[in-house]
Amino acid sequence: MQKRKITAGLAGVVAGLLALSACGGSSSGSEGDGGSETISIVGFAVPEAANKAIADEFVKTDAGKGVKFSTSYGASGDQSRAVESGLEADYVHFSVASDVTRLVDAGLVAEDWDAGENKGVVSNSIVVFGVREGNPKNIRTWDDLVEPGVEIVTPNPASSGAARWNALAAWGQVIQSGGSEEDAAEYIDKFFANVVSLPGSGRDATTSFLGGTGDVLMAYENEAILAAQNGEGFEYVIPETTLLIENPGAILEDATPVAEDWLEFVLSDEGQKQFALKGFRPIRDDIDFGGTVEGAADPSNPFPEVPNLLTVEKDFGSWSEVSDKFFDEENGLVTEAIEASGKAQ
Amino acid sequence: MLWFSLLVLIPLCAVVVTAAEGGWDTFWTTITNGQTAAAIRLTVTAAAVVTVVNVVVGPMIAWVLVRDRFWGKGALELLIDIPFALPTIVAGLVLLSLYGHDSPLGIDVANMPSSVYLAYLFVTLPFVVRMVQPVLEQLELDVEEAAASLGASRFTTFRRIILPSLTPAIAAGAALSFARGVSEYGSLVLLSGNLPFKTEVTSVRILSSVENNNLAGAAAVATVLLVISLLVIVLLDVLQRRVAVRD
Amino acid sequence: MTDLLTREQPPKAAPVRRRSRPRKGPVAYLLRLFVTAYLVLLVAWPVSLVAIRTFEDGFSGIQGILEDPDTVTALKLTVTVAISAVVVNTLFGVGISLLLVRSEFPGKRALSALVDLPLSVSPIVVGLALVLVYGGRNGWFGPTLEGAGLQVVFATPGIVMATAFVALPLVIREVVPVLEEIGTDQEVAAQTLGANGWQTFWRVTLPAIKWAIVYGVVLSLARSLGEFGAVKVVSGNVLGQTRTATLVVEEKYLNFDQQGAYATAFLLAMVSVACIVIVSVIRPKNERS
Repeated sequence: MQKRKITAGLAGVVAGLLALSACGGSSSGSEGDGGSETISIVGFAVPEAANKAIADEFVKTDAGKGVKFSTSYGASGDQSRAVESGLEADYVHFSVASDVTRLVDAGLVAEDWDAGENKGVVSNSIVVFGVREGNPKNIRTWDDLVEPGVEIVTPNPASSGAARWNALAAWGQVIQSGGSEEDAAEYIDKFFANVVSLPGSGRDATTSFLGGTGDVLMAYENEAILAAQNGEGFEYVIPETTLLIENPGAILEDATPVAEDWLEFVLSDEGQKQFALKGFRPIRDDIDFGGTVEGAADPSNPFPEVPNLLTVEKDFGSWSEVSDKFFDEENGLVTEAIEASGKAQ
Repeated sequence: MLWFSLLVLIPLCAVVVTAAEGGWDTFWTTITNGQTAAAIRLTVTAAAVVTVVNVVVGPMIAWVLVRDRFWGKGALELLIDIPFALPTIVAGLVLLSLYGHDSPLGIDVANMPSSVYLAYLFVTLPFVVRMVQPVLEQLELDVEEAAASLGASRFTTFRRIILPSLTPAIAAGAALSFARGVSEYGSLVLLSGNLPFKTEVTSVRILSSVENNNLAGAAAVATVLLVISLLVIVLLDVLQRRVAVRD
Repeated sequence: MTDLLTREQPPKAAPVRRRSRPRKGPVAYLLRLFVTAYLVLLVAWPVSLVAIRTFEDGFSGIQGILEDPDTVTALKLTVTVAISAVVVNTLFGVGISLLLVRSEFPGKRALSALVDLPLSVSPIVVGLALVLVYGGRNGWFGPTLEGAGLQVVFATPGIVMATAFVALPLVIREVVPVLEEIGTDQEVAAQTLGANGWQTFWRVTLPAIKWAIVYGVVLSLARSLGEFGAVKVVSGNVLGQTRTATLVVEEKYLNFDQQGAYATAFLLAMVSVACIVIVSVIRPKNERS
């Protein structure tokens, strides 16, 4: 008697849940119908909003008529590894070029993906300092960061490829101002000695900073703007010398033909305008995005010119050199600085 | 058995094989790297301490849930499983706002080693409680009452009658909570700050290796954790048998 | 040592004779207070924060979630996956438990130890291992399976496997101690009375372990709903197809939509609460002795 009651109850629950999931099955089966083409986008999380806006514009063009999108966004390295091991993709948009190189090595992306005028780059940003309201510690320059008592929050360059821009910027600015490699290494050591938190990703670092940790957040301009657009903003300072962040995009070898049109559209003025509105720096200077970007420190001049802008190509060579020199697990310069900072405590 | 092999044994073999593919040198340099070794030490210590806490507190919670009666007990019962269902990022978020810099209680463990313990306590809570609960319910009050009526003090009843019956369940819960602690990552990433030698756990080291395309290194660290967990599980099993035999 | 402790007890030992079931000595009250405080600080308070943040703007947060078709699809996928994983784990778990407790075979203790191991593997490694074995491009079995028309990784089967993997020991560990506790007397009795193996299991063993199974199922379900790391690696996270609810949470969090993240997490937590409520409803009061 009693047992029957329980069995009935359980059966009811299971039936209900199955019914629920059955509805799920029917609604998710909608892709691929009508014979229209689908572009699979795999990318890092931040440009999702921009890509969505670009997609809305793209389907209004002749080339994009009727095109459907299937999208996947996450941490850049995770996404790249997923595509390498078989995740279906036509167009990839990553945070660092090394994530595309991984796909080139796997034979999924053509060797000459970065041969075009844009060198494979589809969106830009720069490294900035996030500070507390009113900038109480008056942080303006890289030297201010290594003052005693300044607490830095930066995403962990060891576990997140996307966080490597910060460490590179810290190194490059020493060289740029005439310092030697030794000076730069010394600066990096001091920098990491002041780090109080190394969260997993840029987003985690922002959360940790907003949660009260540290005086300075190593951030990206576009993330700072996007955060402000979503009501989680923080003040940011653009240093005199900083690094240009270049996010690569590429078409896979076996992609559907319409993906070429999509990439072209992403690089067009219209596509870049959408990036600008979400806080990315357009890859060309003459993009008209209407003059104002909400969430920027100065919305009417959202992307002020940086006096000394470093780039990976100009100042460091290439990403593979950078990976070996700075981030090698055994003896990369940044790896060692992080380890030294831990031992000192 | 086939399902077990397909699901567990083969993937685990894949991990060990990947670790072995790197060769003994890679394996050894990976795990003797100072930072990794420190991370392994912290992870294992924290998991062990948290397991001990769970072994003590878990049965207490189960006892209260099964035997005690008071207003609001139902609400406590509802809470037990939530740590499992809550996505770990959200767990990290709320723990950060309650026990971080802006803590309303003034308890600030952010970026301290204690944050690792806190996060582990949160994610491993249900194990011992839920393991002990069904056994306690199955345990017949008659036996206890008989013991009591024969003049056994409550402590003796507990030690001689209840504890031996609960031991297998407690041991099982302990093994699971240790294992889970060793592998946890998501909930502590915001709170701990991943500081090398201080709050960095092994999962972060594994991620670093993966990010550097060093799968062999990642697998090496994972293998070490596997072996440690296996040892702990066997140890608990042996302990539990000895307790069971003694009584 | 023991004597000393026992001797402290006599004042309380006397009223025990009264057959008072809800004994309420000071110890009971202390215990109650301690347990309540512990749970409130560790779980209730953080969870209430999730609820508060979800409902900061009234119901618009939840409503926003339920009106977004992609999120709804993700929630349904999570439910499907969780149920499949739980069903598989329950059947398998009860089987393994019986095997572990009721039969003797070489390697039994090794098997018992292996059962717990899945939990100790970092979720990222679980995901990578599954990809290594079942990955469609260069896994051990992946290409063969894919040739046979079954895509595992980056499709629902892979997500179910990852989820089943991380929740695997839960049912087994619930059932084994109870099986050991109840012993074999009743089963032997049933068999002497002429019941066959199936009848013994259905009429004698199952009723005895049913609450253990129920707790195991509840735990597995909760764990399956909340799993993130392993699923992230094997799902591919394709919007509207293989994106699960926890991945929605991550994505909303990454896009600075904290309220959305909280609301989705709140829904997941509520499912586990609902399970417990269902359990206590279908559970007759008198069984609580």
